[in-house]
Amino acid sequence: MTRETTFNAVLLLGLIAVPTWALIMDQPFTITLATRAVILALAAAGLNIALGIGGLVSLGHAVFFGIGGYAMGILAHHAQSYSPLMDWPFVIEGTKFMPVIWLVASVVSALAALVIGILSLRTTGAYFIMITLAFGQMFYYFAISWSAYGGEDGMSIYVRNDFPGLNTLAPIQFYGLCLAMLVIVLIFSARLRKSPFGLALNAARQVPARLDAVGLNPVRLKLVAFVISGVITGLAGALFADLNRFVSPTMFSWQFSGEIMVLVILGGVGRLFGPVAGAVTFVALEHFLGGLTEFWHIFLGVILLAVVLFARGGITGLVAGKEASHD
Amino acid sequence: MTDIVLRTDGISKSFGALTASNDISIDLRAGEIHAIIGPNGAGKSTLIAQICGSLQPDAGKVELMGRDVTGFSTDQRARAGLGRTFQISALAMEDTVLQNALLGALGASGRPWRFWAGVLGDTALRARAEEALARVGLDGVASKRCADLSHGQRRQLEVAVALTLRPCAFVMDEPMAGLGAAGSKEMTTFLDGLRQEAPILLVEHDMDAVFALADRISVLVYGEVIATGTVDQIRADARVREAYLGETT
Repeated sequence: MTRETTFNAVLLLGLIAVPTWALIMDQPFTITLATRAVILALAAAGLNIALGIGGLVSLGHAVFFGIGGYAMGILAHHAQSYSPLMDWPFVIEGTKFMPVIWLVASVVSALAALVIGILSLRTTGAYFIMITLAFGQMFYYFAISWSAYGGEDGMSIYVRNDFPGLNTLAPIQFYGLCLAMLVIVLIFSARLRKSPFGLALNAARQVPARLDAVGLNPVRLKLVAFVISGVITGLAGALFADLNRFVSPTMFSWQFSGEIMVLVILGGVGRLFGPVAGAVTFVALEHFLGGLTEFWHIFLGVILLAVVLFARGGITGLVAGKEASHD
Repeated sequence: MTDIVLRTDGISKSFGALTASNDISIDLRAGEIHAIIGPNGAGKSTLIAQICGSLQPDAGKVELMGRDVTGFSTDQRARAGLGRTFQISALAMEDTVLQNALLGALGASGRPWRFWAGVLGDTALRARAEEALARVGLDGVASKRCADLSHGQRRQLEVAVALTLRPCAFVMDEPMAGLGAAGSKEMTTFLDGLRQEAPILLVEHDMDAVFALADRISVLVYGEVIATGTVDQIRADARVREAYLGETT
């Protein structure tokens, strides 16, 4: 067992132990905090595929987070007000059923990622960052002006959505659902890294010219990675909206795109559990420092600066050392 | 004429007022090594770029196995059977030697859209990659990170990746670049045997290697082919001596 697997195992055990402890001690707020960390980790795990393996510095991942949030918000809003989503040419009802909401969130995120990816992957470097940022702003302002769904104020959903066999209003059960989703995505990410696609994508980030020379199209590989990445972040958005029972345009904001990127960088770019380490640290800092001062972001800034300057592998790199080669 | 594998037909390319390629027609026949030589700035790299697809010629066409590939992108040309090596090694430095070779095998298989099964468990890909590594003598360092290789080993890996493609023509941009005398000699021996498998269009500055290997030589000066012929013909050519060899010998 390498140091990195030990570190990952400790993180995962912590994600099981802390909420269990909170359940026994009757501390529902701690469970909610843990749920927030797990969902943010999921969003960052999505970005980590595009950014960490594919090298795509996307400053627009809030688009997918927001799409997931609004997919949940819109469907649940129609379900709770008993008004159909549309009634011509055929009737589409809203729903409170999570699997359907997740499916819609995934499909719409995938389509958005495909369109944004096709347009922005024509560029690289700073231009890529700017185009993804511009798309983020378009969605943000669209959400603000979409008065049918709350406009700037967003929408409240009164009761959390349903998952068969679970009481999702019990914090620990909803937490379990989110953690299961994160674990599934991490397993998928772990397989993806070692798969033929992962090998090619990893090389596409390092030497695109080599990919062309062996007959693989690096842009197409990155596009598929961007879509996969968007879908995962979109799912996180749907869960996040369900956690808060509230959606608003801030889910689309560029600050949030930046925040997901901070999570990835803090935890360790391209490391399997980097997003988890980043999200847990972020939520812990937000909670403890946020309790001390309103300006806790200053400390986050200092920590981020230290990580970028002195620990390029993020927290994972600091604890587990350099990444072992993949075989 | 059926044995022509790769051909350029009157390709021209200008950058503003500078003509980098002027009506270049060369061909590569089965079983031969055709060397392209010329002083710095003669347009060798521009020619290679147009053959491999990263630059579009202003006029003329490129044919591979009798098929017009001028409109093909770089990756399409690779799939059509063009195996190239780079002047400056283009390898995934963070990856292992085996992973780099696997990348070539994966490109040749044309099936990168597999997200679940491990690539190292794909025995067909792996056999192909390992065979190529063994041929250039890198099988002993297969699990080393590429960044930890010596310069010479990187040049060998560059060739090994091209081998995994089993191309119908090789285009090699200075495979000897930066190699010492011994490494250069080893590479020369290797390329010598390779020509039977697929012909090689060889751009090279190392004149000993060129004279030892080439069946034919084309001399490029100011974007024009001023002479094409056997080693002896080129050595004897007065214009070549004046334009090029005179500077070095």
